[in-house]
Amino acid sequence: MSFVKGLKCRECGKGYPKEALHVCSFCFGPLEVDYEYEEIKKVISRELIESRGKNMWRYKELLPLDGEPTVGAQVGYTPLIKADNLAKKLGVEELYVKNDSVNFPTFSFKDRVVSAALSKAKELGFKTVACATTGNLGNSVAAQAVQGNLESYIFMPSNLEQGKVIGTSIYGTNVIGINGNYDNVNRMCSEIADKYGWAFANINLRPYYAEGSKTYGYEIVEQLGWKAPKHVVVPMAGGSLIIKIGKAIKEMIDLGLIEKSNMALYGAQASGSSPITTAVKKESDVIAPVIPNTIAHSIAIGNPADGYYSVKAINNSGGCAEDVSDDELVEGIKLLASTEGIFTETAGGVTVAVTKKLIEQGKLPRDESIVICITGNGLKTLEAVMDKVEKPCVIDANIESFNAIMEKREVCTA
Amino acid sequence: MSVKVRIPTPLRSLTNGSEEVIVEGNSIKEVIDNLETNHKGFKARLCDENGQIRRFINFYLNDEDIRFKDNQETTVNDGDQISIVPAIAGGRTL
Repeated sequence: MSFVKGLKCRECGKGYPKEALHVCSFCFGPLEVDYEYEEIKKVISRELIESRGKNMWRYKELLPLDGEPTVGAQVGYTPLIKADNLAKKLGVEELYVKNDSVNFPTFSFKDRVVSAALSKAKELGFKTVACATTGNLGNSVAAQAVQGNLESYIFMPSNLEQGKVIGTSIYGTNVIGINGNYDNVNRMCSEIADKYGWAFANINLRPYYAEGSKTYGYEIVEQLGWKAPKHVVVPMAGGSLIIKIGKAIKEMIDLGLIEKSNMALYGAQASGSSPITTAVKKESDVIAPVIPNTIAHSIAIGNPADGYYSVKAINNSGGCAEDVSDDELVEGIKLLASTEGIFTETAGGVTVAVTKKLIEQGKLPRDESIVICITGNGLKTLEAVMDKVEKPCVIDANIESFNAIMEKREVCTA
Repeated sequence: MSVKVRIPTPLRSLTNGSEEVIVEGNSIKEVIDNLETNHKGFKARLCDENGQIRRFINFYLNDEDIRFKDNQETTVNDGDQISIVPAIAGGRTL
């Protein structure tokens, strides 16, 4: 049975049916999924969840479908790593990495939201799905559309990394590169969604899509032994993930799955695209849009759709926000790779570098549990680090050549 | 003062389909009041019960967001152009 009542405007509370809608037609506020929490409370339990498969749909009562998932049923339940090496390096006691760089099928947290959105698209009877993307979302919509026998169109800025472009085209989708940044692409896609009547994962299906992000939060809690961490550092693009992690923990408390706790949310952006961290630092809830200028393309959104509510989520949780330069984010990527053996993309570099900065600033305490949200895979953004790592040492194929290097013990940069 | 106001698609039902209307006023607030006089129902769509412009509606005066000026007290001059833009439904290109 379904626990979804319908959609509801987050601003004015006006109700809407379960359709491909995302904006309140009266006050223009965002719509979100409205659940029958009292009914969910009667059936959900830790035991029920634990009895199910290790994927995001183990929390299906809290996800926005009427039936079973038809796309991406194996997505999620990625590792939560106790990052002792990185903890030592950063001088903190208890540190974890939630590693969605190995999510299935396309190595980013977007697989979660796309599984929710495309399963919903099928329930609503759509044959064509689409998205506006900074890369990872496009990869996932293209891949999962194949699985769901849906036609797909992917709209992306034309300056994205090769890994993101080829990692979309390979699935035989329709890739449209746009001369412009993500915000231009997104605006154009709003018009296309209206005219062509397609299901855009992050536009007219946004209320359903965004709910998929909650599973990232549920998993952190379950993997910590059914308790919320004290601090979570989250990368921010449109600002949806950080809100949904907060919502996930609140739901688990309200449903009696975990004890009451105070988890602080910390938002991370690249300085070249930091409208949300800027608002938090200025103690304002007004987001001033910017034109992004950073190598962290996957989080380069200058006019974030969920900016206002992400500022609110951060402030209400007692957390804060910080941003880092492109050089710092590259160091962040290298730091995570060299301490934990995890190769993340630019957004992950931002999150690691912001964590480091907040610890140094004394804003993240050294003696309480911290989770770093790693949401994407480094193999997709090789350009960012290509010239920042040592080149392989090339020698002739004989033991003498190798002995010669070992004797010199010099770093070869040939 | 007489200013041009660009109307987004979802609100054109209030202006008989017009994309642009000419309105009098010396400030954004007066422009909104006069929009209501000329096209009944406008104010409830644009402002909340306290008279504040709704959070997901952006007002641009000659391409500048009025939240970074004096909000509804921002003065307007003859010939100015005002755009009303739903923040999520369409947004705006910088």
